[in-house]
Amino acid sequence: MGDGTHQEAADLLLGAYGSRVAVPPLVQSHPDLDLAGAYAVQQLQVEAWQRDGRVLQGHKVGLTSAAMQRQMGVDQPDYGVLRDDMFYPEHHPIDAGTFIAPRVEPEVAFVLGRELRGPGVTVAQAAAAVDFVLPALEIIDSRIRDWKISIIDTIADNASSGGVVLGSRPVRLTDVDLRLAGCNLYGNGDLVATGAGGAVLGSPLISLAWLANTVGEHGVVLQPGQVVLPGSVTSAQPASPGDTWSAVFAGLGTVTARFGRNSA
Amino acid sequence: MSDWDVDRAVDVLLEAERTRAERGPITDEWPDLDLATAYAVQDEALARRLARGERLVGVKLGLTSRAKQRRMNVDTPLTAWLTDAMVLPAGEPVPQDRLIHPRAEPELVFVLGQRLQGPGETAVSAMRAVETVYAGIEIIDSRYADFRFTLPDVVADNASSGYYVTGAVGRPPATLDLSLEACLLEVDGKVVDSATGAAVQGNPGEALAMAANSLGERGHALEAGWVVLTGGMTDAVAVAPGSRVAAHFTHLGSIVINGG
Repeated sequence: MGDGTHQEAADLLLGAYGSRVAVPPLVQSHPDLDLAGAYAVQQLQVEAWQRDGRVLQGHKVGLTSAAMQRQMGVDQPDYGVLRDDMFYPEHHPIDAGTFIAPRVEPEVAFVLGRELRGPGVTVAQAAAAVDFVLPALEIIDSRIRDWKISIIDTIADNASSGGVVLGSRPVRLTDVDLRLAGCNLYGNGDLVATGAGGAVLGSPLISLAWLANTVGEHGVVLQPGQVVLPGSVTSAQPASPGDTWSAVFAGLGTVTARFGRNSA
Repeated sequence: MSDWDVDRAVDVLLEAERTRAERGPITDEWPDLDLATAYAVQDEALARRLARGERLVGVKLGLTSRAKQRRMNVDTPLTAWLTDAMVLPAGEPVPQDRLIHPRAEPELVFVLGQRLQGPGETAVSAMRAVETVYAGIEIIDSRYADFRFTLPDVVADNASSGYYVTGAVGRPPATLDLSLEACLLEVDGKVVDSATGAAVQGNPGEALAMAANSLGERGHALEAGWVVLTGGMTDAVAVAPGSRVAAHFTHLGSIVINGG
């Protein structure tokens, strides 16, 4: 499959960001696309965003739960990038026109104090590189129509990234047991899902090391100050205009995302 | 006219348990079995267990998730009886030869320091009666094929009771945030699910109060020293022979069981 076809798929997805109209699954329009090709399509979009002046402020890991991997028929996670314009402040309504079909996921966000250069990064080195953690709500979204995604589709579509809302209380890794920390997710005041940090690949730190090692093979280094979202603690939950979503984490406090009723 | 009654239902269910012979729902044959009658079946089955020398040690709560309650169209947990014969000592393999299709679910376990008698209990008043909180794994089993049953069926079947294991770490309830006490559930070393105490009626204290109130309406109190299994935090997972199930709790330690 040639670079031209990758560019065509990337342009389709970039167009969906602009129009807010999702496209059919790439496995239909581009049946020859494989895993490497899907990451190439993702990379072409990253380069387009950088040409537009966007700055990479971090990375996300997806497909980290046993349930999601079963659903996708895969045995490993995937990853995408976090642009500077994907960060939304807590408590301020997010314009309803921002996303196509948003879903929320509670996560423990790592903020790096030093670089992580894979491959060969151990969990110990990953832990040592973390400056602090913050409670987070990731907003995932899909440029693929009705979330009818295969592993190929979601990788090409920047791992179905949308945005992220970070909490404001930094906690050191030594002050919290991330693996056994409980998390309760509330949508408009109703308890919707619960979980523990270990739902993320057994431990969110394993996810961080996996990310460093996997992108490291492509020469990408995780940079100090960058945010890494290691994966969701619960299943993803659909969000609607006017919704308020809160995640409460044992030892990390709460984080709240508001979805505005109106689009600008 | 149905030729079913409470005694026959007790005979059928205890025999199914003894012979490990799963069966269809009783309500298929006895559609008039209602919830009150189902509790009468449960109480009579307990009387038979006590008559054969078992000792009443507490209660277990079921249907403690609001989502499941909505599906079953009820607004309170169900209760069932625990006897000493249902205790699985730590380290013992799951007795597969006495179970039909065991499943494991992690739970928060209360031990009462005071008698608790509804109605009128609230989460706060009910929690005053709790002396210690432990981690637990309940091994549920159903006498019904494929765990297929209606609400009266499962109540009559003592809420799918089987065995239960308690952890080694006991803590006073006031030292824990039960709604955020989490559990990571593993099968053969792989994390399969996780949850917090909030999955149990928003807070297991609420489930205890509701159970005390519904038991109180039936004329029963929860006695000092009793064990209360507050209900599954996650969905139940099958316990296959040769498997290993582990539950790791934030502040209540870990329980590892050998699938037998």
